[in-house]
Amino acid sequence: MSATAGTAGLESWIRAFAAAISAHAEELTRLDSAIGDADHGANMARGMTAVVAKLDEGPQDGTAPGVLLKQVGMTLVSTVGGASGPLYGTFFLRMATAAGDRTELGVDGFAEAFRAGLGGIVARGKAEAGDKTMFDALAPAADALDAALAAGDELGAALQAASRAADAGRDATTPLLARKGRASYLGERSVGHQDPGATSAALLVAAAADVLA
Amino acid sequence: MKKLINDPVDVVSEALRGMAAAHPELRVDLPERIVFRGDAPVRGKVGLVSGGGSGHEPMHGGFVGPGMLDAACAGEVFTSPVPDQMLAATVGVDGGAGVLHIVKNYTGDVMNFEMAAELAAAEGVEVVPVVTNDDVAVQDSLYTAGRRGVGVTVLLEKLAGAAAEEGRHLAAVAEVARRVNETGRSMGMALTSCTVPSAGQPTFDLPEDEIEIGVGIHGEPGRRRVPAAPAREVAEMLVEPILADLDFTGSDGVLAFVNGMGGTPLLELYLMYGEVASILEKSGVRVARSLVGPYITSLEMAGCSVTLLRLDDELLRLWDAPVRTPGLRWGV
Repeated sequence: MSATAGTAGLESWIRAFAAAISAHAEELTRLDSAIGDADHGANMARGMTAVVAKLDEGPQDGTAPGVLLKQVGMTLVSTVGGASGPLYGTFFLRMATAAGDRTELGVDGFAEAFRAGLGGIVARGKAEAGDKTMFDALAPAADALDAALAAGDELGAALQAASRAADAGRDATTPLLARKGRASYLGERSVGHQDPGATSAALLVAAAADVLA
Repeated sequence: MKKLINDPVDVVSEALRGMAAAHPELRVDLPERIVFRGDAPVRGKVGLVSGGGSGHEPMHGGFVGPGMLDAACAGEVFTSPVPDQMLAATVGVDGGAGVLHIVKNYTGDVMNFEMAAELAAAEGVEVVPVVTNDDVAVQDSLYTAGRRGVGVTVLLEKLAGAAAEEGRHLAAVAEVARRVNETGRSMGMALTSCTVPSAGQPTFDLPEDEIEIGVGIHGEPGRRRVPAAPAREVAEMLVEPILADLDFTGSDGVLAFVNGMGGTPLLELYLMYGEVASILEKSGVRVARSLVGPYITSLEMAGCSVTLLRLDDELLRLWDAPVRTPGLRWGV
């Protein structure tokens, strides 16, 4: 367990997220078939495959975490499309800006960058708590990171708490009525289905907990 | 599921390759997945750029040409294109008079076009977006993503395209586009689901004896499921909510558009048009122009949608103006 994450750690996180997306692509598409348009798994897999290809191209040694995160965000915006491209892309771009010139992210740096990424998603997607979106998994994770920071926890413990919070937030989307995106067209019929965006967002946090804890 | 494809991941790029081969008058940028007018950019003319997920053909690429769009960006099936494509299309059609973005109201399309407009502004290209949201099946409230852009998009691309071809300024072309969106309404229905190639399974299950009323163009479920009914009753289920939403009894008349969803033969679409025309006549709505055929489709979904657009002298003239695209062609 390390107290901070540098560029290599963040790269491992992104690669672990790509692997999780690949492993869960069919599940994400199945969830999206129920309340969306059956493409979330394929779109995220295409984007993360492109991200990994970029990572494979060049050594990230000596590159600041912010540069890595920006590259991830730009690649997602350019390859995913749909709503997920701008939303996940903006998340990483805002994280990159918040990370600035830091060479290592501790709990404070990671929590701050994560919160900034969440702010980007809200600015782009206008989602609020309970709208049945990726926000409902990421916002509890951001809160858990802040709480861990206040409690003086190390990064690993903080990310594990964040992952538990994201999973709970994901599970809590099932009874909700969707108010954003294509699922909102279903009205009452969206109730009883787990949100695919919250599901992929929980995978993002779980990947951080697995690799950085 | 049987489809005329090779590998599901190559569907869009291979279809664009075929389109380029079939239409040498267009310029297809295969790596960027953009269909351009062959003579783009047209100097001094407002450029029209649209785009969206693939699977709705002939929209949008089939509406590129004189009198309609200058460029169309193709996304993956049912997935919005990305800002890079839209930026390249915008810069590529800018003849110095600015560019109109025609965006269907879906969360992804709106966000990607917003990012593209920000990037285009940074490159000094003036962009005005117009978002279509004509689907009365969706309640327009704070609790939804708003009404979807459907059939009106086709009519708007034709009418705004004609306005741009006349040499009007960007603000005037955008005004025509907004007016078309504000005075057009649509409602769709499905007899069967569609199958996204990469998913390989039907997007939704619809029993043999049920139909989906208010369906979207991506297989999104609609307002309700009802038992399968004769065409006469289905026409009422589509026209009634449109007439309840907006008054179409003006003396200038309407454009009545019966659209096929992809898997319904013209025989049935014309039968439906006859039913729609009867209802309109009884309701005091005068039909001035009509359009019947598959123009905004949802892969192989069977079903149709009805769009009504209020006309006036100007819109009538713009509708009758020449257009030369793979999907719509007259007066040339």
